[in-house]
Amino acid sequence: MKRFDYLIPKTMDELFSLLSQYGEKAVVIAGGTDVMVMIKKNEISPDILISLNGIQGLDEIKFNGALKIGPLVTHRMIEKSNLIRKQFSALSDAVDVLGSIQIRNVGTIAGNICNAAPSCDTAPPLLVLDAQLKLKSLKSERIIPIHQFFTGPGETVLQRGEILTEIYIPKPLPNTGSSYWKHQRRQALDLPIVGIAVLISLNRSTISSPEILSPEKNISTILQHLEKEDLICKEFRIALGVAAPTPIRMFRAEELIRGQKLSKVLIEEVSQIAMKESQPRDTMRGEAWYRREMIGVYVKRMAMRCIERILRPEEVPPIRQW
Amino acid sequence: MKKLIKFFLNGEPVQIEIEPHLTLLRLLRDKLEMTGTKEGCGMGECGACTVLLNGKTINSCIYPAMEVDGKMVTTIEGLLDPQGNLHPIQKAFIEYGAIQCGFCTPGMILSAKALIDENPNPTEEEIRNGIAGNICRCTGYIQIIQAIKSTSKP
Repeated sequence: MKRFDYLIPKTMDELFSLLSQYGEKAVVIAGGTDVMVMIKKNEISPDILISLNGIQGLDEIKFNGALKIGPLVTHRMIEKSNLIRKQFSALSDAVDVLGSIQIRNVGTIAGNICNAAPSCDTAPPLLVLDAQLKLKSLKSERIIPIHQFFTGPGETVLQRGEILTEIYIPKPLPNTGSSYWKHQRRQALDLPIVGIAVLISLNRSTISSPEILSPEKNISTILQHLEKEDLICKEFRIALGVAAPTPIRMFRAEELIRGQKLSKVLIEEVSQIAMKESQPRDTMRGEAWYRREMIGVYVKRMAMRCIERILRPEEVPPIRQW
Repeated sequence: MKKLIKFFLNGEPVQIEIEPHLTLLRLLRDKLEMTGTKEGCGMGECGACTVLLNGKTINSCIYPAMEVDGKMVTTIEGLLDPQGNLHPIQKAFIEYGAIQCGFCTPGMILSAKALIDENPNPTEEEIRNGIAGNICRCTGYIQIIQAIKSTSKP
């Protein structure tokens, strides 16, 4: 492991001047749970690490209908937020199963995004939640939708000297539910074989008999009943991790579904399109055909979980697996 | 060029000049001779190097030592009371046979402490989640879970 200097600026101005002073020699570090591992593995060898941790106010979660997440907000802070669990559930689902508590106490969601692994757990939830990213440099500031952020494995549109300063999540439509499933071999400290996020907005959240969603009823019965309720999918968004070189949103599938009536056939159709649109690879963690099959299965299951979260928001454990 | 950091280690103030590339683990073991904290994988995956930073568990093997400036670090050495008695969680680990080779034990006990401090009466599932970042290759975890359960305060 190469030696490096470690600088902890106290203000944004100081940060940006250090970034321009050191250019390619420097790497920005927040929690460091990726950066430090990459240095130890000799994947990167910066002369200088510039830490964000000396700057006040970057670890705030702000909510006014929309959600603003600062660059030093850790996964654990997201995990502990009841508000996020209720209104932006997919994000809570992702941080619940990310790394270990030790990693979640230190690692940041902004860092998880900037590291841009195809397996990044927080990207699919942020994609279905339509997150916007504020990128700031010494001279400029721009806001881009997260689906334009990733350009390849480990690659983003971030320019040298540019910092992700805010993750903005717009207020969801009424009657919205979202969910994320990390399909993995073990329940901690693993990377997903595939990650599946779904967000559904319905035209209403009340049905004549919500008890139909009981764990004892089979899914066909539930969906047959829901078909009679004339529920319209005002939004039906899908995003996948490890299904392409970057985390991806399934815009084509979404266009076909938007405004349609919720039915068993519709959910089946959505999962078929998601399978076709995905481009998974064979890797040691899973083969492409297997990944594609699981995308089909979990798009359906996550759709059911979204519907459950809309129609029975006060659901008590045990949570149904779907 | 060395840099000065000041922090609290197990309640005692520490001032030390360090090379800025040090990890907290290397600072503890090599510079401060606090060898209770172990190095397992060195990549933040096994939890053997777990310490508490301001009461929260972190993997010290991937934590920059420069970042502990102004903070409170607790290692396994800090769990003794002023009379030198073991912490109740340590006693429970001995009583339940939750230790075999002992390499994971310092980290495991600190994860257990962070859990119990936050949630004095955890369910078995909460205990399993609480120690999910600590790998033990000997015990099969059952005795560890029983030991932690025995220290909970209903």
